[in-house]
Amino acid sequence: MIDMALSSRHLLGLQGVSREDIQTILDTAHTFREILERPIKKVPTLQGKTIVNLFYESSTRTRISFELAEKRLSADSINFSVSGSSVSKGETFKDTIKNIEAMKVDMVVVRHAAAGTPLYLTKISSSNIINAGDGTHEHPTQALLDMYSIRQKLGRLEGLKVCIVGDVAHSRVALSNIFGLKTMGAKVSICGPSTMIPRNIQDLGVEVIYNIDEAIQENDVLNVLRIQLERKAREYFPSIREYAKYFGITQERLDKNGKDILILHPGPINRGVELSSEVADGSNQIILYQVTNGVAIRMAVLYLLGTLN
Amino acid sequence: MKIVLKNVDVIHPEEKINQKGVSVLLNDGLISKIGELSKEETEGSREFDFTGKILVPGLFDMHVHLREPGREDEETVITGCNSAAAGGFTGVACMPNTEPAIDTAEIVKFIKEQAANHLVDVHPVAAASLGRKGEIISPMAELVDAGAVAFSDDGDAIKNSSVLRRAFEYANMFNAPIIEHCEDESLADGAMNEGLNSTLLGLPGLPSVAEDIIVSRDILMAEYTGGRIHIAHISTKNSVNLVREAKKKGTKVTAEVTPHHFTLTDDGLKSYDTNMKMNPPLRTEEDIDAIIKGLKDGTIDCIASDHAPHSLEEKESEFQFAPNGIVGFETTVGLSFSELLHKNKLSIEELIKKLSINPRKILNLPIPKFEVGTLANFTIIDPKLVWTVDTSKFKSRSKNSPFDKRLLTGKAVAVINRKKMFVDDQWFDLTGA
Repeated sequence: MIDMALSSRHLLGLQGVSREDIQTILDTAHTFREILERPIKKVPTLQGKTIVNLFYESSTRTRISFELAEKRLSADSINFSVSGSSVSKGETFKDTIKNIEAMKVDMVVVRHAAAGTPLYLTKISSSNIINAGDGTHEHPTQALLDMYSIRQKLGRLEGLKVCIVGDVAHSRVALSNIFGLKTMGAKVSICGPSTMIPRNIQDLGVEVIYNIDEAIQENDVLNVLRIQLERKAREYFPSIREYAKYFGITQERLDKNGKDILILHPGPINRGVELSSEVADGSNQIILYQVTNGVAIRMAVLYLLGTLN
Repeated sequence: MKIVLKNVDVIHPEEKINQKGVSVLLNDGLISKIGELSKEETEGSREFDFTGKILVPGLFDMHVHLREPGREDEETVITGCNSAAAGGFTGVACMPNTEPAIDTAEIVKFIKEQAANHLVDVHPVAAASLGRKGEIISPMAELVDAGAVAFSDDGDAIKNSSVLRRAFEYANMFNAPIIEHCEDESLADGAMNEGLNSTLLGLPGLPSVAEDIIVSRDILMAEYTGGRIHIAHISTKNSVNLVREAKKKGTKVTAEVTPHHFTLTDDGLKSYDTNMKMNPPLRTEEDIDAIIKGLKDGTIDCIASDHAPHSLEEKESEFQFAPNGIVGFETTVGLSFSELLHKNKLSIEELIKKLSINPRKILNLPIPKFEVGTLANFTIIDPKLVWTVDTSKFKSRSKNSPFDKRLLTGKAVAVINRKKMFVDDQWFDLTGA
């Protein structure tokens, strides 16, 4: 394996992560990507390491992706899923963590509805902590797999124009993408209804666009976020119909632009809302390619953190 | 018992007293003489040397949570009073968001009875509406008779404007202020100040406009009804400006600010420290500048701690699930002296007015007098004492404070009230032998 190391023993987010570290993760993922194409997709790298997937919020694909990455690296993995907060469960979050740690684990992959929980974990646990999504804060492995996919398809990140489209205010993917892409030298913009643009986001050096055709025209890549269809999120836009009409990406809109554009989506897709079915299955999108790369990225992160000690 | 407080600087901004290096003679807890003392006068007395310290009318904290009844694991009236005394306060007004809420005469009396033998005067603020539900106004006449000094649904604003109107009108019969926690509930589904930091931290934001809207509604309603509005823990620039304009027009509005809102900004939340979580949330430098200007020009009448003890297990949790508030009594003097006096924002007289005189005026309570024969109600402060906050030494039953290990300049060293004295971590009965 390549001899590389990260400057931190946790991956909590991409804010403040150096260009070198991101480069290291992407390059390591590339090596693992090759393993995933082999008939026997398993290496003994993390044999004897115990990893807990601590999911305080339901997630199918992220958990499966991490679990597969752990198995491909020969780690022993355990899934711990709780719905709702620890408060409603009676046991405090801290006590739950102390209990799990007492069983001697090496790494914890955490998904939690409350922002900042992964950082809190580093204070009460001695394991390596990997953030698998915290509130509307960060989801670093998603942004890393997005960046890896873009780099593979377009050959670079530096100088590319990437627009994040949709409910940026309630997205953990958006912030990680903004930090990661900017660090790697891309030009980042966001596009969505004004109610879904977080306050002061311009201070991060991102341009805000309210017109989807303009966003398509001016960018090399669109990273399209999922629109939450539950009632709470619905306060932020008048109707799904109106959203689809003014911000949904259709083949017609792409054709009108003429230029080739790469379309990413973290999944799961709402067909006919943020992407038309034609686009979701079309030649511009790389949605399933992202999913495959997700396993490689998570293998890279687990490997780099797991062999650090 | 005769005691002498030796060589102390006596300051009473209301009585225009500012005497350096005098002695104060107390006889059984009453003021016997202030000035030069002869040998005969001091004979047989116990002496306390307070060289370099100031003696002021006992400090008063008009916004505190004593948690009793209901959350005695976090604080009781007695532990809260101990904490108040250690912080330099001889009087407090305690908020009604207890369990049950302070909405009957019995609960007002119960709280007063708990503190009956304590150095610290405890004045309950009763709920403005039954159960703090914002639906039906509380039995204010009976509550005032039992000892309530003001009305508030603290923790929430009075949600319904019609109920607010009736509360103003009814409370006005007793000249009692309505104390409002100004927050528009429909905008307040957040965990910290809304701005760049909330965006960066991925935490739901509590916009400053949620406070400003209720401050303006309440000011307008106070004008309309002729009632008295007291704005609790003001935290935004716009709210300060609204209060200033209303005062110019003669509206009966007063306002308080907490030490944390003139000391800390939302930058402090970058570590997701739940001890930085409060409501109203920590705001920005711009808001602090406006608050300090408001303190200086009299827009903000007083400083109150919003003493809010919480159990360790509740604060030790995911940020969004942690309760709001911090232990306030034991850091208020240190923060006020460090941030306001020593940074030349307020004079000592201005500061003592905000910590002692004005809160009592707002609540229609008598101002302690420095006259021979009256009950001694003093706080003695070492304005230059440099000390480090140690939450483990707090007298409060709870330890939640963002100021642990912070270096402060200025500390209360003794309090005297109700014929009792607390000094050097010891209690003295001044009527004893």
